[in-house]
Amino acid sequence: MIPAPFDYVRAESVDQAIELLSGNDDAKIIAGGHSLLPLMRLRLARPALLVDISRLADLAYVREDDGQVAIGALTRHHDVANSEALQELAPIVAYAASLIGDPAVRHVGTIGGSCAHADPASDMPTVLLALGAELVVLGPKGTSRRVTAADFFKGLFQPDLASNEVLSEIRVPKTTGRGWSYLKFHRRAQDWAMVGVAALAGNGIGPAVALTNMGERPLRAAGVEEALAGGADPATAAERADEGTSPPSDTFGSAEYRRELSKVLVRRALEEAMSR
Amino acid sequence: MQISVKVNGTERTADVEPRLLLVHLVRDTFGLTGTHEGCDTTSCGACTVLLDGTPVKSCTLFGVQADGREVTTVEGLAAGGELDPVQVAFKEEHGLQCGFCTPGMMLVGKALLERNADPSDDDVRWAISGNICRCTGYVNIVNAIRHAARIKAGATEPATV
Repeated sequence: MIPAPFDYVRAESVDQAIELLSGNDDAKIIAGGHSLLPLMRLRLARPALLVDISRLADLAYVREDDGQVAIGALTRHHDVANSEALQELAPIVAYAASLIGDPAVRHVGTIGGSCAHADPASDMPTVLLALGAELVVLGPKGTSRRVTAADFFKGLFQPDLASNEVLSEIRVPKTTGRGWSYLKFHRRAQDWAMVGVAALAGNGIGPAVALTNMGERPLRAAGVEEALAGGADPATAAERADEGTSPPSDTFGSAEYRRELSKVLVRRALEEAMSR
Repeated sequence: MQISVKVNGTERTADVEPRLLLVHLVRDTFGLTGTHEGCDTTSCGACTVLLDGTPVKSCTLFGVQADGREVTTVEGLAAGGELDPVQVAFKEEHGLQCGFCTPGMMLVGKALLERNADPSDDDVRWAISGNICRCTGYVNIVNAIRHAARIKAGATEPATV
C-alpha cells in the first residue's frame, strides 16, 4: 500500500531537525523507517512532514563514556549486534540486537527508532528496562535531558518524547561480572516475540527480569524479582512471572498462553543468566 | 523532489514524490522489473536490493532515502555479458524453481560472499533468513551460494554450456 502524501526534508544537523519539528506538530523523525514506514503504508500514521536524520553520521556510534556504554540513536541494529565494545561490556544488548527482524532489517533499522517507536513487542526496550538504561533526549534551544528506561516507555507506542524532541543516545551500564540471558519465543526466525524475557543476575546486584509483549509496555517482572530477593530458587520465583501483566491475545496465542509461556521463559532465562 | 541514484553503475535521476517506495522507483521509474514485490510488509525479501552494497528491503524504504547512494539490482549482477558467479551457481545447482525469490536470494548471496569468501551452511542460512522461498527450495539455494564461493575462489570451473 502507498502512504499518504507528505513533505520530506533531509536534516543536516540535530538542531535543524528539532527546529523543523518545532514548526510542525504533524512532523515525524525518520531514521531507518522500519517501524514508521509500515505504519504509514497502513495509514495508521500520516505525518505531514518527514524529517530524515539518517545521514547524521555523528549520531551513529558505540563508545565507553563515564563508566557506561553510550550508543548513538542512529546506530543500526546490525552495528549494535556486531559492536565489540557491547559484546564485551554489555553482551545482552548486542545479542538482543542480533535477534531483531532479519539481516536486511538490521541493516536499516536503528536502536533509537526501536526505542522511539515504543512497541511493547520490541526486544530492545525490554533489555534496556532490565539494565536500568538511560535515554538522552534533545529538545529546542540546546536542552538535553536523561530519562530512565522505566520512565521512557510510558505506554503502547508512547515514548516520553515531545513532538519537538529527538532521542539522541542510549546509555547502558557495563554488565561485567553479571550473568545475562535474553530469550525470545517466536514461531519463525524473523517474527516479533510472542513473549521475550531479559534477565541479569550476579555480581552482588539483585537479579533483574523484564518482559517483552506482556502488556502495553515493557514490564519488570516485579514478583519474580521480589521472590528471588527473598531467597526463592529460579523455578519457584518464575511462577510469579505474570504478576501485574496484561498480555495481548492474537493469532499467535491467547493471553492465557502467554502467561504460561512467560513463566517457562523466565525460569529458563534465570537458569541461563545464573550459569554464565 | 529531484533525486539522483547510481543504479547498477549508471547515474539515474528522477523527479519523484517523497512517498514513492524504493521498490517502485526501481521497477516503475527505472523499468528494472527484476526486483520483485512480494509480501509488501518487510517479511519476504523478494524486493531485496543492495544499497551501497548492503542488502535492504526496497518495499520499506522511500526512493528519496536512496538519493545520492548506489543501488544494485539483479540486473546489475552480470557484467560485460558474463554472468556473476552467483548466477552461474544458481543455474548449475538448480537454486531456483519458480524464480520469484531468486533476485533477492542472489543479491543476498552476492553481498555475503563479499565479506565471507567461504561461508558455511549456517552462515548462508543466517544470511538468507529474511528471504522466503515459497517453493521451499532452500537446500539448493544454500548449495548454490556455497558453489558460488567455490567458483569465485577458482576452486571449480563453471560448467560450459
